[in-house]
Amino acid sequence: MTDQTPILECRNLCISYFTRAGEIPAVVDFNLRLMPGEAHGIVGESGCGKSTVALAIMQYLGQNGRITGGELLFEGRDMRAMSAQELQSLRGSRIAMVYQEPMASLNPSMRIGEQLAEVPIYHDGASRAEAWRKAAEMLESVRLPDPERIMRAYPHQISGGQQQRVVIAMALLSSPRLLLLDEPTTALDVTVEAGIVDLIKEISARFGTSMIYISHNLGLILETCDRITVMYSGEAVEVGDIATVFNDMRHPYTRGLLGSIPLPGADKTARPLTSIPGQLPLPHERPAGCNFGPRCEHFRAGTCDTPGLRMLDVDGAAGHRTRCARAAEIDWDRAAATSETREPIETGDVVLVVDHMKKHYEIERGASFLVGGDRKVVKANEGLDFRAREAETVAIVGESGCGKSTFAKVLMGLEDATSGKVVLDGTDLAMLPVQARDADTVSSLQMVFQNPFDTLNPSHTVGAQIARVIRKFGVERDPAAVEERVLQLLDVVKLPRDFAKRRPRQLSGGQKQRIGIARAFAGDPKVVIADEPVSALDVSVQAAVTELLMDIQARNRTTLLFISHDLSVVRYLADRIVVMYLGRIVEQGTTEEVFAPPYHPYTEALLSAVPIADTSVEKRRIVLEGEMPDPANPPSGCAFSTRCPYAIAGTCDREPPPVREPSPGHRIACHLDRQTLAGMEPVIRIEAPSAA
Amino acid sequence: MTDTALAPAAAPDLMARLRRPRTLVALLLVMWLPLVTYVMFGNAIGAGAENILLPAIPATLLLYVVAMLSWRESPIAMMGATLVFFWLLVAVSVPFLDLFGLLDPNKPNLGANFTVPFTEKGDTFYVLGADHKGRDLLARTLWGCQRVLVWGVTATLVAYAIGSILGLLAGYLGGWWDEAISFIANVLLSFPVMVLFILILNYLGPSGFNIIIAVTFASAPAIMRIVRGLTLDIKTRDYVYAAQTRGESALYIMVVELLPNARGPIIVDACLRLGYTTVAITTLTFLGLGLQPPDPDWGLMIKEVAQVAQLFRFAFMLVIPALSVSTLILGFNLMADGLREMSLRD
Repeated sequence: MTDQTPILECRNLCISYFTRAGEIPAVVDFNLRLMPGEAHGIVGESGCGKSTVALAIMQYLGQNGRITGGELLFEGRDMRAMSAQELQSLRGSRIAMVYQEPMASLNPSMRIGEQLAEVPIYHDGASRAEAWRKAAEMLESVRLPDPERIMRAYPHQISGGQQQRVVIAMALLSSPRLLLLDEPTTALDVTVEAGIVDLIKEISARFGTSMIYISHNLGLILETCDRITVMYSGEAVEVGDIATVFNDMRHPYTRGLLGSIPLPGADKTARPLTSIPGQLPLPHERPAGCNFGPRCEHFRAGTCDTPGLRMLDVDGAAGHRTRCARAAEIDWDRAAATSETREPIETGDVVLVVDHMKKHYEIERGASFLVGGDRKVVKANEGLDFRAREAETVAIVGESGCGKSTFAKVLMGLEDATSGKVVLDGTDLAMLPVQARDADTVSSLQMVFQNPFDTLNPSHTVGAQIARVIRKFGVERDPAAVEERVLQLLDVVKLPRDFAKRRPRQLSGGQKQRIGIARAFAGDPKVVIADEPVSALDVSVQAAVTELLMDIQARNRTTLLFISHDLSVVRYLADRIVVMYLGRIVEQGTTEEVFAPPYHPYTEALLSAVPIADTSVEKRRIVLEGEMPDPANPPSGCAFSTRCPYAIAGTCDREPPPVREPSPGHRIACHLDRQTLAGMEPVIRIEAPSAA
Repeated sequence: MTDTALAPAAAPDLMARLRRPRTLVALLLVMWLPLVTYVMFGNAIGAGAENILLPAIPATLLLYVVAMLSWRESPIAMMGATLVFFWLLVAVSVPFLDLFGLLDPNKPNLGANFTVPFTEKGDTFYVLGADHKGRDLLARTLWGCQRVLVWGVTATLVAYAIGSILGLLAGYLGGWWDEAISFIANVLLSFPVMVLFILILNYLGPSGFNIIIAVTFASAPAIMRIVRGLTLDIKTRDYVYAAQTRGESALYIMVVELLPNARGPIIVDACLRLGYTTVAITTLTFLGLGLQPPDPDWGLMIKEVAQVAQLFRFAFMLVIPALSVSTLILGFNLMADGLREMSLRD
C-alpha cells in the first residue's frame, strides 16, 4: 500500500479568504494523504474549515478565496499548476462532489434523465442513447426503484432521499477516482440517512472510489470511514485510524467532542454530558499557539501558547498524529473531569392529559375566492393519547411529517383540535385558541423553538424581548423589578448580564438558544415544549444547552415535552418516550421499555438508523424500504405497513393495529402477536462496559 | 451602522450622538414639518410665514453630514444623497435667498420676456434667462422645487402608510382579509396608472391634497403587495410564533414583531417610488390636473412654455425645469440603489 501513489495529498495546505476586513485564514497547515479505495472522514464544528478544504480540493474557492501556501497533489500532479481547462476536465469526471442540499444540486427545470446523461456526453463523448442507458444503469445501482420513471421525472417530483441518490449517481457516472461528500445526509430524515449511508459504504466496496466524507456527526464518520481527521478552528488537531482515534484519542478537543455526545452509556443523573467550556474563536481572533488552549483543561502557559505548534506523531499507532504539545504528558485513561451528578427527580402528579386528540386539516385543491375545489383531509394527528407528570420529561419522537409539530401547535393554542381533549390542570385546551385562554394558562405553557436564528426578533434587544414576556405575564410590573428579573434570568442561563443590551445578531447560535430558554421560563411555566431545541447547534454547544435546559427544568419542577428526531439525545434525557409515525402514536413507554425489546417495528428501525459514535456498540442494521407515505393519502390499516419488514399481508394493510401492552404503561400499536414481539432481539448491544 | 452599536457608551462623540435613531428622527421632523407647513398652509399663516423655516436649515445640513458619513462605503448612495439634499436645502432656504427682492418667481419683468440665459436685460442679470412672460427662470426653478418635494414626498408617505397597513393586514391575518384586500388591489392595479390619476383628479378636481389621494390610490396596491409578501415570509419565523404563544394581540405582532423586520426592503422601495411619484406629479401638473398657476412648479413651468419652447432658441425654458426634475429623481434612484447595495453587502 505504501508504494502506491496517493489519490490525493495535501501538504501544509493554507487557505485564506480575502474580505473587506483583510485576509482571514480559513485553514492553516492542513495535511492529508488519501490512498486508493480509502474513505477519510473530516469532522469538526461549523466554522472549523472542513468545507473550505473540500472546495479547495475542487479548486472552487470562489472570488475571494485563495490557497496561500502548501501543495495539493491529485494522483501525484500539482493541482495548483493546472490550467483552467485541465481543472475543468478533472472536475466532475475524476473528482466529484456531493453537497448537503440535494434540491439545490439538481436543476429544477430539467428532467433527471437529461441531467444525468449530460455527464457521459460531456466527459466521455458518449452518444445520447448510450448516455441515457448508462444513466439508467447507474440509477439502478444506487438502488432507486423504477429508474425509467425517475429519469423522466423533474427533481421536485421525487423525495429528498431519492434526490440525494440521484446526485450520488450523477457523481459516480464518470467513475471518479475521488468522491467528496459534504454533509450528504444532514438534510435528510434518520431512516432515509441510514439508507444513504449503506449506499455510500457499498460504493467504496464496489467501485473502489476514494472518498472524503465531511460531517459534524462523529457517529456517521465511524460508520463510513477508515481514517478520520478532526478539525478545530482551521487546523487539523488529530488524524488517525477510526478505531485509534475513537478509543485512544490524544487531543483534548477530540475527547471533549466525544464527551459531549450522548452515547448509550450516558445518563442524565449518573453520568451527565460534559460540555466544552467557552466558544470557537473567530478566525481573526485565534489565540497564539494552540487554538484550543483557552477552552482546554490541560492548558499550561509556556507550552500551549507558543506559536508554531505542529502535528506530532503519537507513539504506538502508525499514522496517528495529534496537534497537542502535551499529548505525551496527559493521562488519557483518567476520566475527563465529569460535571457533578444530578439527583434523580421524583415526578409528581399528572399535569397534562391528552385524550384521543385529533387534528385534521382540510386542504382544498384548485379552490379560489368564489369557487370551492376538491376537498382532501390530512390527518396530521390521529387519536393521540398520553399523559405527562410534573417534573417529568416526555419525549415525542418521529421523523418529519409525523405530526409532532402539529401537536405542539394545538397545545399552544395556535390551532384548534378537531376532536378529543387536551387537559392542563383541569382546563380543556383542545378547542381554546390562545387569545381565549386566561393569562395563567398562557404563561404556564411555553415553548422553546428549534432554529436559533429565528427564535429572537432581530430588531429588538435581548433584554427588551425577555422583559416583554415578564410584563405580559404579570410576573413583575415595576420597571426596575422587571429589569432585575431580566438580569436574574440571564444569570440562570449562564450569560453575562450586559447581554441584555445586545441585539440578537451579536450573539452566537448557542447564546441565542439560551435566551430562547430564558424567555420560555420567564413566566414560571408548568409545561415547556421544546421543539428540537438543540438540533441546529454544534455538538459541543448542544451538550451545554441540553444540560442547561434540564437544570432549569429540575429546579422549577417543570414538565418538559421534548420533541426530537434524535434518539440518542432522547435516551439521554427523557423519562418517557412517545414514538409517532404519520400522525399516530405507534409506541409509548418509559425510556428503558422503548429502548429494549419488545419494539414496535418502526421504533426498531429508528433505533438502528441513529449513528452512534462508540466503537464498542454493535447494532443490528435494519434499513427501511421506500418513503414515508403522503399524509393526505395514508395507507389503510396500519400506517407503517408499507415499509414494515414484519408486515403481514392481508392483515396489516387492511385493519388498524390493536394496542398491545407487554407491560403496564408500555403500549405498542401493532398486529404482531405477543410471541413475535417478545422474541425480538435488542438493536444495540454494548460489547464491553465502556472505558470510564 | 455597526459603529453606533459598538461605540462605547461612556463618551460618545458628536457624530455618534447624531447617528442615534432617536436624534435622526428628531432632525428629520425639524426639517420636514416646517417645510410642509410652509408650503401647504403658508398662505393661511400670512406674512412672516417663512420664519418657521429657520430651524429647518441647520437640520437639513446636519442630516446631510450624517448621511455622507454613514454611507461612506457606497459612492452611489453618496451621490444620490447629495442631489436630494441639494434640492432639500434649496427648498428650506429659498425664502431667505431673496435678500434683494430679485428672486420673485411670479413677477413679470417688463421687457424681459424671452431673455436667454446669461444675458443682462434692463438692469438685471438673468442667469437662467426668463420665460415668455418675463419671469426669472432661476427664481421659478428654485421656488418650484418646494412644491414638487413637499407634495411628492407627502403623497408617497401617505401611500406607504396605507399600503403598509393593508399589506400587514392581508399578509398576517390572511383568509378573507387577504382575499378582499388583494382583490381590490388587483382591480386598482389593472388600471393604467395615468388613467387612474386622470379619473380621480377629474372627479375630485385638481389640488395638492387630491394629488395625495390619487397617488395613494395608484401606489398603495403595489406597496401593499410588497409588504404582504414580506409579511408572509416573516410571519413564519419562530419569534412570531413565540409572540403568538404568549397571547399577544394581532396589532402588537404586526407593529412590533413584523414591521421593523420588513423595513429594509420597504425603505429601498420607498426611495424608488419617490422618483415615480415625482414624475407622476410633474406629469399631472403638465396635463393641467395638478397644482394650479401662478405659483411656480416644475411641471407647470414645462406646461406653460411647451408652446413657445418649440423654437430651438427658447428650448432652455423647457430644459431647465426638466433637468431639475431629472436630477431630483436621479438622486432618489441612486440613493435607493446605494441603500440596496449596502444592505446586500453584509
